[in-house]
Amino acid sequence: MELMQLTAVALGKKLKAREVSVREAVEAAYKQMDSVEEMLHSFVTTDKDAALKRADQVQSLMMEGKLTGPLAGVPVAVKDNICTKGFPTTCSSKILEGFMPPYTAEAVNRLLQAGAVVIGKTNMDEFAMGSTTETSAYGITRNPWNTAHVPGGSSGGSCTAVAAEECSFALGSDTGGSIRQPSSFCGVTGLKPTYGTVSRYGLIAYGSSLDQIGPIAKDVTDCATILDVIAAHDSKDSTSVKREHYDFTSALMDDVEGLRIGIPRDYFIDGLDHEVKRAVLFVAEELRKKGAVVEEFDLSLVEYAIPAYYIIASAEASSNLARFDGVKYGYRAKEYEGLHDMYKKTRSEGFGQEVKRRILLGSFVLSSGYYDAYYIKALKTKALIKQAFDKAFGHYDILLAPAAPTTAPEIGRSLSDPMQMYLGDIYTISANLAGIPGISVPCGTDSKGLPIGVQLLGDCFQEKTIIRAAYAFEQTRGYQRCPLCEKGVSRVEETI
Amino acid sequence: MTERITDEIIEYVGILAKLELSGEEKKQAKQDMTRMLDYMDKLNELDTDGVEPMSHVFPVSNVFREDVIVEEEAEILANAPAKKDGCFMVPKSV
Repeated sequence: MELMQLTAVALGKKLKAREVSVREAVEAAYKQMDSVEEMLHSFVTTDKDAALKRADQVQSLMMEGKLTGPLAGVPVAVKDNICTKGFPTTCSSKILEGFMPPYTAEAVNRLLQAGAVVIGKTNMDEFAMGSTTETSAYGITRNPWNTAHVPGGSSGGSCTAVAAEECSFALGSDTGGSIRQPSSFCGVTGLKPTYGTVSRYGLIAYGSSLDQIGPIAKDVTDCATILDVIAAHDSKDSTSVKREHYDFTSALMDDVEGLRIGIPRDYFIDGLDHEVKRAVLFVAEELRKKGAVVEEFDLSLVEYAIPAYYIIASAEASSNLARFDGVKYGYRAKEYEGLHDMYKKTRSEGFGQEVKRRILLGSFVLSSGYYDAYYIKALKTKALIKQAFDKAFGHYDILLAPAAPTTAPEIGRSLSDPMQMYLGDIYTISANLAGIPGISVPCGTDSKGLPIGVQLLGDCFQEKTIIRAAYAFEQTRGYQRCPLCEKGVSRVEETI
Repeated sequence: MTERITDEIIEYVGILAKLELSGEEKKQAKQDMTRMLDYMDKLNELDTDGVEPMSHVFPVSNVFREDVIVEEEAEILANAPAKKDGCFMVPKSV
């Protein structure tokens, strides 16, 4: 039986029914890693012994009837910017090499309480700054659909690990599209919740006003189930929101009758690949057939989202990353003269190029004389963008858009032109500025066989509406495995 | 035409960011920053007079709780590149 081929919920049912043991599930994940990791490099750190030990503990608790939830015993991969006590957390940066968090992030804690087994930490763009997982200090990750292409980013390792069946599900983080864009590139489903829904406690901050942790999985049912577990008010995160309802799985209904769907006309412009456009509009057609009311409209301000985002995110990053100074944790330069020189050398040697670029830009836009012209201007633009979404959600229940303008680019193409890479975030960035939830669901492949994702956006706290629409669409299609898994690399290797 | 990002600005931003840049890195940073700021000028097309800057999408205010120590001192210090007598150790600064 191919355990890793199952969704997290399906595996959870088998574990609960004692058809398989937790140890078998974890071993299956590691077996798959053994056969594909060399090729893909989804993980920065793994610890098989710790995972197996944990598997046995979870098994005992399940036998005692103390763990009965849908994720009990299910192997999960965690993005390496989310702290895990006793398990190295690097943010894919040299500056955090060997860092052992003294505490566990609240989102992971909630998964552990539900009985999930953390099998490893996944690769990412350094400090989540990038859209390709190529800025990692520990080497690139490859797209399991075609290893000449990037998996997207910054949660590229998490999305690859799910697509390549190295884990049952994963956690990612999304500051400007870092869950939704790589999910689209890897043919998996990823959800960014409303800002404040999942605690940021233990998530190493990039842009604090934009960051959200969310689930990445094979299907919508898994994402809703995981969100049920990780979403909760947390007094350790001052921006955590106390919501009235959390039962996201109750929205898993194949029913979009009367649902009002808006298609932002200004998203379907130059630069959008025609195959992506066709696949995304096909989703609108499928939902229309199921009874949804689909209309085109002008969202407005689309072209201002990217400049506003990069000012705000870089400003927050320059402030958040000030803590990496070689004193409390992580890397410290070997040679220096005095305290200030130690700070400067540590940071210059420890941070990669893209991180430095954003820290410099952030320091500039916050500096005296430029603060109003850039930072305040960006915050005012953010207010206008939020108003544009408020207006749109006055007319529509959800907005339907691409997750990215193209499918996954080839490795090495993006970093040479950072501006071009930033422009690729056009469809995902606004959701972070406006704080709204978004989900990326696979909706087809292009002529090169690379996956395409459709993005459904909802108003704040309306995850259930996008989950319902995403689920309804998913029923028309089902999950498509990546060719690597379909051909069965593990089986091929067994016969060698 | 006057340079938008001068060597002095790069020098100053480097100090603010506590980054030591090589000559090549400074040149690159100048180029990158100029290009990005040119692009960010697009925001000037927008009339934002009278618009309140929005730092958070929800009305959030300070949240207070008791400051209770939950982590062990030894665990916090375990990651320090240098430590002494239960303290983080840094180069002599005065």
